[in-house]
Amino acid sequence: MSMLKISVKLAFLWAVAFLFIEVNAQQLGKGISEEDLAPWDISVDPNGSRLPSGSGTAAKGAEVWADNCSACHGEKAEDGPAGALVGGVGSLTSDAPVKTVGSFWPYATTLFDYVRRAMPYHAPGSLSDDDHYAVVAYLLERNGIIDEDDVMSAKTLPKVKMPNHDGFIQYWPSKGD
Amino acid sequence: MTSSRLLPPSPEDHAASGGLINRRWLLRSSLAVGSLGLSTNLTRAGQLEVPEWSSKPGLGMSAYGQPSPFEDGVVRSRFDLFPEGIGDGSGVSFTPLEKLAGTITPNGLFFERHHSGIPEIDPDAHKFVIHGMVERSLLFDVESLLKYQMVSRTCFIECAGNSFFNSLGEPQQRTAGEIHGLIGNAEWTGIPLRVLLEEAGIDPRAKWLVAEGADAAKMSRSIPVEKALEGDAMIALYQNGERLRPEQGYPMRLVVPGWQGSMNVKWLRRIKVSDTPFHTKDETSKYTLLQKDGKSRQFTYQMGVKSVITFPSPGMTPAGPGLYNISGLAWSGGGRIKRVEVSADGGRSWSDAVIDAQPLPQAVTRFQQPWQWDGGPLTLMSRATDETGAVQPTREAWYEPYAADQLFHQNSIQSWSVLQDGEVRNVYA
Ligand code: HEC
Repeated sequence: MSMLKISVKLAFLWAVAFLFIEVNAQQLGKGISEEDLAPWDISVDPNGSRLPSGSGTAAKGAEVWADNCSACHGEKAEDGPAGALVGGVGSLTSDAPVKTVGSFWPYATTLFDYVRRAMPYHAPGSLSDDDHYAVVAYLLERNGIIDEDDVMSAKTLPKVKMPNHDGFIQYWPSKGD
Repeated sequence: MTSSRLLPPSPEDHAASGGLINRRWLLRSSLAVGSLGLSTNLTRAGQLEVPEWSSKPGLGMSAYGQPSPFEDGVVRSRFDLFPEGIGDGSGVSFTPLEKLAGTITPNGLFFERHHSGIPEIDPDAHKFVIHGMVERSLLFDVESLLKYQMVSRTCFIECAGNSFFNSLGEPQQRTAGEIHGLIGNAEWTGIPLRVLLEEAGIDPRAKWLVAEGADAAKMSRSIPVEKALEGDAMIALYQNGERLRPEQGYPMRLVVPGWQGSMNVKWLRRIKVSDTPFHTKDETSKYTLLQKDGKSRQFTYQMGVKSVITFPSPGMTPAGPGLYNISGLAWSGGGRIKRVEVSADGGRSWSDAVIDAQPLPQAVTRFQQPWQWDGGPLTLMSRATDETGAVQPTREAWYEPYAADQLFHQNSIQSWSVLQDGEVRNVYA
């Protein structure tokens, strides 16, 4: 291929690439402040980012549980039509593994994140953050992970070490699939 | 579909035992009789009548076309995961794979998996935010997103729990679609995610995105930035040419070709850029793969290489001995399908099936295999290989590393037992 042909080809490719960039450079997103998007900024990572203020203990959590959760997950979170959230520790290598918050979940922060975003199932977002902390404390206490008097808050929750914390092998990125 | 008008296959026409026939024979056979339509063996069909619908004008035009009323049995099969009143709207509906042809899934039959029902979103009120490790947090409305230059990409979306019935101890007697139908294949049109991340000015130290839906579950999944910056992640607004259906994420969803279905977050409302994964409930408690040794595989994004015979299959039975076209679907999150083999003797001998001349990457491919059934009982199987060389495993090999109740990423070979009377049953062979 002659140099001319190559450069014509390159010029064409550049034009195509440029056209694409140009059209998509229309930048139609509007700026938004952290404050304005705060109500949606609910993802909590294992470091506890974006955990709200507030706190709760298992004792308070037992009330929250009875009023809002027990109908679907069982009176003591050990059974119920929507699945058990307590028990099963040590069962993962057995013939009948029982995966619960206590036996399976690697991070306590995930529990707060999920309960706040999606529970109670029929009315997510209907509880206060104190209630979220309290019901999380209740489930951790029922699983024997924290004590009855431990206060769960933005400061303490990320420090809770879950029994199955080291139970996961991350396939991305090393194993690709 | 009997072979009465075709030359009888000779021994060298057999590609594998159980009546699997070489394509050469079909070709030779049709040349010999001129064409398949030119019968050497005419039978009286009776004189043709002029049907009623040819004798008067038909119905008028309509605003949105519907399938023929005669096709009213071609529907999704709904499967609720919780008793009534407990998790209404968290469940699946299966695509009736065995009743469809070609490779594109019609929008109304595309499988569903919702974790808290289908939100009824007013597109004028829907908002989408990109924030976190970016130079400027951005808010988009649907109207402005529709103005961007769009790309189209045909690929499948498959639920990571697809085929979970075959992870159960006993083979379940369900149709091909009711076992493997948590997959759909469509042309998606939308904006490469990279374009919007660049508009926001993504921090070069960013490693993860968390994508979140606007449904009541606020479904959320962590996604490596590579899938957007160097890869093919897109925000889809259209499916097969029309705006997304509500159950597919209207007005917008994420599409991450070849990766677990639940990462293709529907009703997308937010992407947060971060340097760490979020370990959301649906990437820890669920969609992780528990091994026998008690450890679990996490972030197993890519869907494995897989195939299933849709004819014959349960409910789609051959009517007596004769010539049939075995047909099915194959796909892989690893890329293009390169080869599909079919066995009619429980996996002892295999024949290379005919596949689409140019399979697309991370898209469904159809395969076909001529079959002369002698009417005897036998076991049919298909085995796919993708362009990376990954081969669909046997059920035994698939199960090997996993705990008893592990059901995600079930991509093992499907065995259909064809009985003497033509009934087809799911078996573990
Ligand atoms: C109306 C029934 C109902 C009520 C009430 C309810 N839940 Fe749930 N819960 C569900 C369903 C259904 C799911 C599964 C959702 C899905 O499919 O993703 C679930 C899932 C969960 C999970 C994840 C379980 C796992 O193993 O992955 C947690 C944790 C949880 N709920 C906590 C709570 C808490 C705390 C409350 C009370 C504040 C609550 N739930 C109230 C129905 C309910």
